[in-house]
Amino acid sequence: MSETTMNLTLRVWRQKNAQSAGTFVEYEAKNISVDMSFLEMLDVVNEELTARGEDPIAFDHDCREGICGMCSLTINGKAHGPLEATTTCQLHMRSFKNGDAITVEPWRAKPFPVIKDLVTDRSAFDRIIQVGGFVSVSTGGAPDGNALPIPKTDADAAMDAAQCIGCGACVAACKNASAMLFVAAKVGHLGLLPQGQTERDRRVLHMVAQMDEEGFGNCTNIGSCSAVCPKEIGQDFISRLNRDFLKASLRAK
Amino acid sequence: MKTLKLIFLSSLGRKYVMAISGALLFLFVIGHMLGNLQIFLGKDFLNAYAHFLKATPELLWPARIGLLVLAILHIVTAVQLAIENRRARPLAYDGTKIYAASFAAQAILFSGLVVLAFIVYHLLHFTFGKIQPEALTYTVMYKGEPIHDVYKMMVMGFSNPWISAIYLICMGLLCLHLSHGVSSLFQSLGWKTNAYRNAIDKFAKISALIIFLGNCAIPVAILLGLVK
Ligand code: HEM
Ligand code: FES
Repeated sequence: MSETTMNLTLRVWRQKNAQSAGTFVEYEAKNISVDMSFLEMLDVVNEELTARGEDPIAFDHDCREGICGMCSLTINGKAHGPLEATTTCQLHMRSFKNGDAITVEPWRAKPFPVIKDLVTDRSAFDRIIQVGGFVSVSTGGAPDGNALPIPKTDADAAMDAAQCIGCGACVAACKNASAMLFVAAKVGHLGLLPQGQTERDRRVLHMVAQMDEEGFGNCTNIGSCSAVCPKEIGQDFISRLNRDFLKASLRAK
Repeated sequence: MKTLKLIFLSSLGRKYVMAISGALLFLFVIGHMLGNLQIFLGKDFLNAYAHFLKATPELLWPARIGLLVLAILHIVTAVQLAIENRRARPLAYDGTKIYAASFAAQAILFSGLVVLAFIVYHLLHFTFGKIQPEALTYTVMYKGEPIHDVYKMMVMGFSNPWISAIYLICMGLLCLHLSHGVSSLFQSLGWKTNAYRNAIDKFAKISALIIFLGNCAIPVAILLGLVK
């Protein structure tokens, strides 16, 4: 056994479809390079499964460079695995030791039903965006670059929130399966910019209503969401969401 | 009307209800503690204060009704939110770990329920006289008329080490509840910005500790024979 490869025991959640009950199945992952990402490791396991004629493990992924928000996985009980500020696709096997046993589960939340194995349906987030996570602008010629001055501190804060890739790790990690951090990031991002002001009240009221409708839990200000967020979106945005919703509620007619 | 609906039916709105009712109960706990600490000023001070409260119904009853309403709002909302939170994750993780969570934050519902049990016990003890029936019978002369001897009631009550132990343990849990609750209420109302985050967390912990020490000082002083 050289230092550049490792053998692992995986305990993976297998579930045929949304209707059936799932269960953990053990797999051996042999000769895994320390330089592989976690998803590449699963690719290797899946190739073996396919070669043996078994059903490969279904998991979500797209960009594999930490920007699309498709990858998920709760690894040893932590959303996106042991590292901070890292998506599962950017997690490398050097973060594990030879001989480790690793438990891999899907995001678990009622609004994120399992479609198959580790793949969950996160369209609840899309519906939240659809009711207000945008600014309405008229199309036409591109506006001048500096026509709309934005203070640097606001632009920076808006960019911090805009980093949210909508992966759902916040929901997965929250003991209440609350979507507060996601909604807070979207509401904060647009509410910090001048373009977002006209629809500010409407946006926050609609997005929170949709969040509640989807069946997410309620925030108890614990902070697990920010701790696992691959983009390190802070609790400050949740406070801001609470403030915005309070003001909008008081003004609501 | 729309505003009321948003506050009492939405997830965030009900957190405002938790936060505001919790904040007012917190202020009551401080006032209640300061009132009782008059035991250290002597028998006459405490009894005069207690008599003043009892003899001023226009103060006593609005306060009692207000507290009851606040407690009901706080507890009913807490239980509602907690039930919804359980429902939002029907299937638990294999090994549930809660990241970056303080013990006080995780135990908020538990500490709250113990405080609820304690409030019931405390009222049965000193308001309804069901734990030590003789407690409400002591009298003392004040301005020529007999009034309830609250000082003696407290000394007799806390001379029983079992009763004192119950009070001390429950104050510990109230302290735990407030060490998260008081900082959480600022976040829930949207007042906890990064600039004040650490200061608010410290304020919550220190005020919870002061409430613990202040309230515990009374049974401890009585058990040690410093107040008799
Ligand atoms: C009587 C039984 C009580 C129960 C069952 C209870 C329960 C709870 C629960 C579950 C929470 C968390 C709510 C959430 O984050 O969604 C909470 C928060 C809080 N509680 Fe209590 N509590 C009780 C009594 C008290 C008392 C007596 C006080 C004040 C001295 C108090 C002050 C607070 C505060 C300040 C919060 C923070 C509110 C927030 O997160 O916005 N609670 N309580
Ligand atoms: S696959 Fe795109 S963020 Fe991980």
